[in-house]
Amino acid sequence: MKKLLVLALALVLALSMVACATDAEPEEKVTDAPKATEATEDEEPEEAVVMSYEEFVAAEIDSEVTVETYIQAKQGHWTDDQGVSKATFYTQNEEGAYFLYDMPCSAEEYEALTEGTKIKVTGYKAEWSGEVEIIDAKFEIIEGDQFYAAATDVTEYLGTDELINHMNKLVTFTDMTVESIEYKNGEPGDDIYVNFTKDDAAYSFCVEMYLTGPDSEVYTAVGELAAGDVVDVEGFLYWYEGPNTHITAVTVK
Amino acid sequence: MKIISLLLVLLTVLTMLTGCHGIKTAPAFEIPESFDESKNYEITFWAKNDTNMTQVDIYHKTIEDFEAIYPNIKVNLRLYTNYGDIYNDVITNLATDTTPNVCITYPDHIATYLAGENTVVPLEELMKNADYGLGGKKVKFDSPKTEEIVPQFLNEGKIGGIQYALPYMRSTEACYVNKTYVEKLGFELPETLTWDFIWEVSEAATEKNKDGSFKVNGQKVMIPCIYKSTDNMMIQMLRQLDAPYSGEKGEIEFFNDTTKELLCEIAVHAESRAFSTFKISSYPANFLNAGQCIFAIDSTAGATWMGSDAPLVDIPEESVADFETEVMTVPQFDVNDPKMISQGPSVCIFNKEDRGEVMASWLFTQFLLTDRVQIDYSCTEGYLPVTTKAQNTKEYKDYLSRAGEDNDMYYRVKIEAAKLLMDNIDNTFVTPVFNGSASLRSAAGELIEEVTKAKRRKQNTDGAFYEELYSEINSRYHLDQIEVSNNGGAAVKASMGSLPAGSLALIIALCSVWLCILAYILFSRIKKKRK
Repeated sequence: MKKLLVLALALVLALSMVACATDAEPEEKVTDAPKATEATEDEEPEEAVVMSYEEFVAAEIDSEVTVETYIQAKQGHWTDDQGVSKATFYTQNEEGAYFLYDMPCSAEEYEALTEGTKIKVTGYKAEWSGEVEIIDAKFEIIEGDQFYAAATDVTEYLGTDELINHMNKLVTFTDMTVESIEYKNGEPGDDIYVNFTKDDAAYSFCVEMYLTGPDSEVYTAVGELAAGDVVDVEGFLYWYEGPNTHITAVTVK
Repeated sequence: MKIISLLLVLLTVLTMLTGCHGIKTAPAFEIPESFDESKNYEITFWAKNDTNMTQVDIYHKTIEDFEAIYPNIKVNLRLYTNYGDIYNDVITNLATDTTPNVCITYPDHIATYLAGENTVVPLEELMKNADYGLGGKKVKFDSPKTEEIVPQFLNEGKIGGIQYALPYMRSTEACYVNKTYVEKLGFELPETLTWDFIWEVSEAATEKNKDGSFKVNGQKVMIPCIYKSTDNMMIQMLRQLDAPYSGEKGEIEFFNDTTKELLCEIAVHAESRAFSTFKISSYPANFLNAGQCIFAIDSTAGATWMGSDAPLVDIPEESVADFETEVMTVPQFDVNDPKMISQGPSVCIFNKEDRGEVMASWLFTQFLLTDRVQIDYSCTEGYLPVTTKAQNTKEYKDYLSRAGEDNDMYYRVKIEAAKLLMDNIDNTFVTPVFNGSASLRSAAGELIEEVTKAKRRKQNTDGAFYEELYSEINSRYHLDQIEVSNNGGAAVKASMGSLPAGSLALIIALCSVWLCILAYILFSRIKKKRK
């Protein structure tokens, strides 16, 4: 009887093991598979020459570029339908700023890429609706010095050709008048579109959900703005068919 | 012996508990005798809009109207602006049984949801139920009968022969043409666009003045042909040439010579910058409206963004060019046998333990097919109602007849886009749906994206480029892991990697149990012999 019991228990145990093996499939969609990052390590081509910001600006769209820059902010770590983990970074050095769009990086690398971290990036210069960015990028962290960009006041350049020269930088605009705010979906949870006026000209900025989501201070603060409020705005000078600053802070006057 | 038995019992119980973790399977849904209207239900509806606040308003109004008819059902709306986010969130919530009740989705995505047991409710029995089915006796609103849903659209919701989704709206793709520039370049638009015509005009439009500006528009920017969805571009091109894409059972067939020929042709126009894509450049509508694109190929559900007078515009007002917009079918290889994709949102219902909750979901799903909802929502974009019942109403016919009366409700481009699909329902097609078909679709588009990027980056595409590209895409999208199935759908094999710590611990536990058993038997025999 005891033997039978033992055997029965063992059988149940084995069957239980089979039950454990059924939920493997959905894992495929969420597994971090840093394919592109691995390629970085594997390929190690000849050392690319690091460009100055001036050289980067002069480089043709679609050409390969290499820059050294510092992380200022990051957004939206996600895994695409190919299983590649990637994220977008706002970076800047002493000369200018670089937007690294959908750069492959594992969850661990994303955690390591904190504000101020220096990286060497090689990718392709691209332009999407006016936004100049680096895509299909590979990176390596350079240990040592750090850099935290101070916001540049570019208010005087609004409506001028000079503004585009500050693309992607951390900037401030002072004394902007709120015209309207609009949630992308009509209710909190997604991006917030903010329309400002300054000297009778209109500007459309944005609280980018993936950068500063509904839990952030700025999301709440912008959500509480009312038409007519005068504010100072700080953010990254993103471009979408014109200046479309990704707001990171507002100060109501 | 007692200690060993106790240990075994403990181990077994623990293992059984571990084995059950993460798997919550509701029993297969069975229609209850009746729907209890005295009991309150709260259901969630995950809906997608095209970043269009009118659509959001219609969803709210729909829920309000439905709740007025069924006060015992509360519908919570969660809004999305793209299908990919809905898909990812559903996948995440499947494991914890926190899926929505009703969900706007694509059949390709449902095929993946079906990897779980009883996750999505089959709809056949519900549809034909005399009391609560489509047009049923006890349904408290004027729901359409099954035969009043456009058959082609209805069939698109079948996976492995089983109806898992109902169509909600339908669209196709259209080519929005800057007719003014086509004629300025010395061409006349044919009745049906062909790929040869598109490439010829596009190449002509790349001619520049000495100062670097383009002759056709005098601007520094001109991308003559921009395709929004390269997935659709490749799929439609292959279908138009009767070339293989995928089999019904999940066979991957598009890595073939026809695909290579198409890619070689696209490469020529990518290199000359006559062609680009949404992923590389941006929304076709932005370039079209700025007079920087001649052929903008996008969904008919994006029609309100297209043209000089478009009601929705994403570029500064002063950048909008003045030109005549023509709405045409996507370019064809054979004008006598046009083929275009059928797309648009469908609705599925997720299974729950409470059958009443599923019935509440089903009633709401039916409500989405009523005339009021169908007409209102379709009028927000170049959508077509999915029921002939709605299409044949006096109200909808009146709407179609008033194209161009204003640039809002009766925006000409939008109404012509809807008519384009209505006139071509018999020329539409869909691709086989199976677990993995969504990846296949992305891979087809990625071939075009990669070739276009390679040419723009002046990379060499001779020699083994295409073979290597096929191999790379095959591996990147795990297409080699899609198993051909004989029961109506393929399955993606579980990706093999290192064992999770929990599984490893279980295997060790199992081995330990067997060792204990063997030790016990051995010990018993020795003991017996000694006696």
